[in-house]
Amino acid sequence: MSVDEKTVRRIAHLARIAVTDEEVGPLGAELNNILAFVEQLGTVDVSGVEPMTSVLPMAMKKREDAVTDGGRADAVIANAPETEDHYFLVPKVVE
Amino acid sequence: MSSPNELTLAEARDALKAKTLSARELTSAHLDAMAKARALNAYLLETPDRALAMADASDAKIAAGEARPLEGIPLGIKDLFCTEGVETTAGSKILKGFQPHYESAVSANLWRDGAVMLGKLNLDEFAMGSSNETSAFGNVVSPWRRKDSDAPLVPGGSSGGSAAAVAARLCLGATATDTGGSIRQPAAFTGTVGIKPTYGRCSRWGTVAFASSLDQAGPIARTVKDCAILLASMSGADARDTTCADLPVPDFEASVGRGVKGLTIGIPKEYRVDGMPAEIQKLWDEGAAWLKAAGATIKEISLPHTSYALPAYYIVAPAEASSNLARYDGVRYGLRVPGKDIAAMYENTRAAGFGREVKRRIMIGTYVLSAGYYDAYYVRAQKIRTLIKRDFEAAYADGVDAILTPATPSSAFGIGEKANADPVEMYLNDVFTVTVNMAGLPGIAVPAGLDSQGLPLGLQLIGRPFDEETLFAAAQVIEDSAGRTQLPAAWWA
Repeated sequence: MSVDEKTVRRIAHLARIAVTDEEVGPLGAELNNILAFVEQLGTVDVSGVEPMTSVLPMAMKKREDAVTDGGRADAVIANAPETEDHYFLVPKVVE
Repeated sequence: MSSPNELTLAEARDALKAKTLSARELTSAHLDAMAKARALNAYLLETPDRALAMADASDAKIAAGEARPLEGIPLGIKDLFCTEGVETTAGSKILKGFQPHYESAVSANLWRDGAVMLGKLNLDEFAMGSSNETSAFGNVVSPWRRKDSDAPLVPGGSSGGSAAAVAARLCLGATATDTGGSIRQPAAFTGTVGIKPTYGRCSRWGTVAFASSLDQAGPIARTVKDCAILLASMSGADARDTTCADLPVPDFEASVGRGVKGLTIGIPKEYRVDGMPAEIQKLWDEGAAWLKAAGATIKEISLPHTSYALPAYYIVAPAEASSNLARYDGVRYGLRVPGKDIAAMYENTRAAGFGREVKRRIMIGTYVLSAGYYDAYYVRAQKIRTLIKRDFEAAYADGVDAILTPATPSSAFGIGEKANADPVEMYLNDVFTVTVNMAGLPGIAVPAGLDSQGLPLGLQLIGRPFDEETLFAAAQVIEDSAGRTQLPAAWWA
């Protein structure tokens, strides 16, 4: 499978990473190298094999449905680039 | 007497207990060594005030007869572990200035046991790399050099700062993380010991996530025993990480002297890869001979799916990374670069904040998870993981107690030597270590000798799930047989 420039731009947009025109070519080549490297996995017979989920069979830990944390709005927003009254500020989304 | 930073962690612990050394003296010796070693760029941030305050608190505890297991032991913390009130960057510009309001489970366990924080250690950006050359804050220079050369070498990665700091005696031990080999490969490159415990042995809570089904924390230290002491403190159940095992932590230190009499050590034939240097094959044979001389039975085994581990890793790890790193969007923390609308703000922020290797892996991950490809790539890779895990299970069911392999396909290379190489060539560094992450097993790298260039080479032991004790026992036999690696003189100071 080979990735063309259009696909590189589409993937970059899905990944929300801006790419310049100069970056598209080299990125495409690198992605193709990696995809060529993983191509060999297609030769493995995986019929009837379950995807791995854990090292040892283990039941997912559960806890009571209770409030265990909270009331730390100051700490939550402390590292945000822009805030107002305990809200994160972002550019306008809806006109 | 040599400077206290030359002691092993166990020796320092004994000296503190015997009151022949104070925690303040021990910490000060390290802070002095760190100040002289800035050319290595191992520490991204030194925290001397905090270190001295913690050391003084330790001296008070010792005086009161209330010393805890790691009382007064100065450690470096890989900058992937969140430390409350202390900048945590993951080696990325996108987290520059980030001050966590919480402490990672692993580092909190170390402070609970009385350890002293010296500072935060450099790493590959988001732990993605095998040479520490992807850090946004500069390369780490290995304390090792080739014979008759002063060309700077890489310390390995991603825990390059951890390995370099331990080898250069800039801490008694360090925390590290291992997603595909990031503890064991740098340990092998720097003549230090590093263990990646079983997936689930250490809590991942508060550690910056790379690939959640593979990431595991562990220590790097100068001896097997020091690693055992550190892992005992780092490990343990944690309700905040659902993948962290609810298992008691064994007395790892007690297992160190247990020996290998009666154990069966497997030698997997698939690890004899094409183009493997003769020196590495020789070292591997030597390691098997040492274990045999100590009473183990050596048995050739087959792990038939070995060659698929690395390509499968390069689907699973980037896929999980692309999901985990979606959180860096310029809204809640870290860098923000404005744009004409919110989508442009996200795209500009991530374009400016992430380095090349991180972008490449996010893109690969996004591609393999995108509509129509999920089953063909991610699900298939996870099925191949099951096959890799079954290979190991079959060997263990057949009576093998641990598996011996080389740790890396070569010794350390020069900084910039692989700059123009294909990314896949760099990925091949992890060919012997990545299988262990894919199967979730414990693996330890232990120094076994020097190559003809005078650089350290390591061997790896792979164990049964949650049987790190056998690895410590067998690694100690290798350490005793090979002799402790003579670390390089401090040319940087």
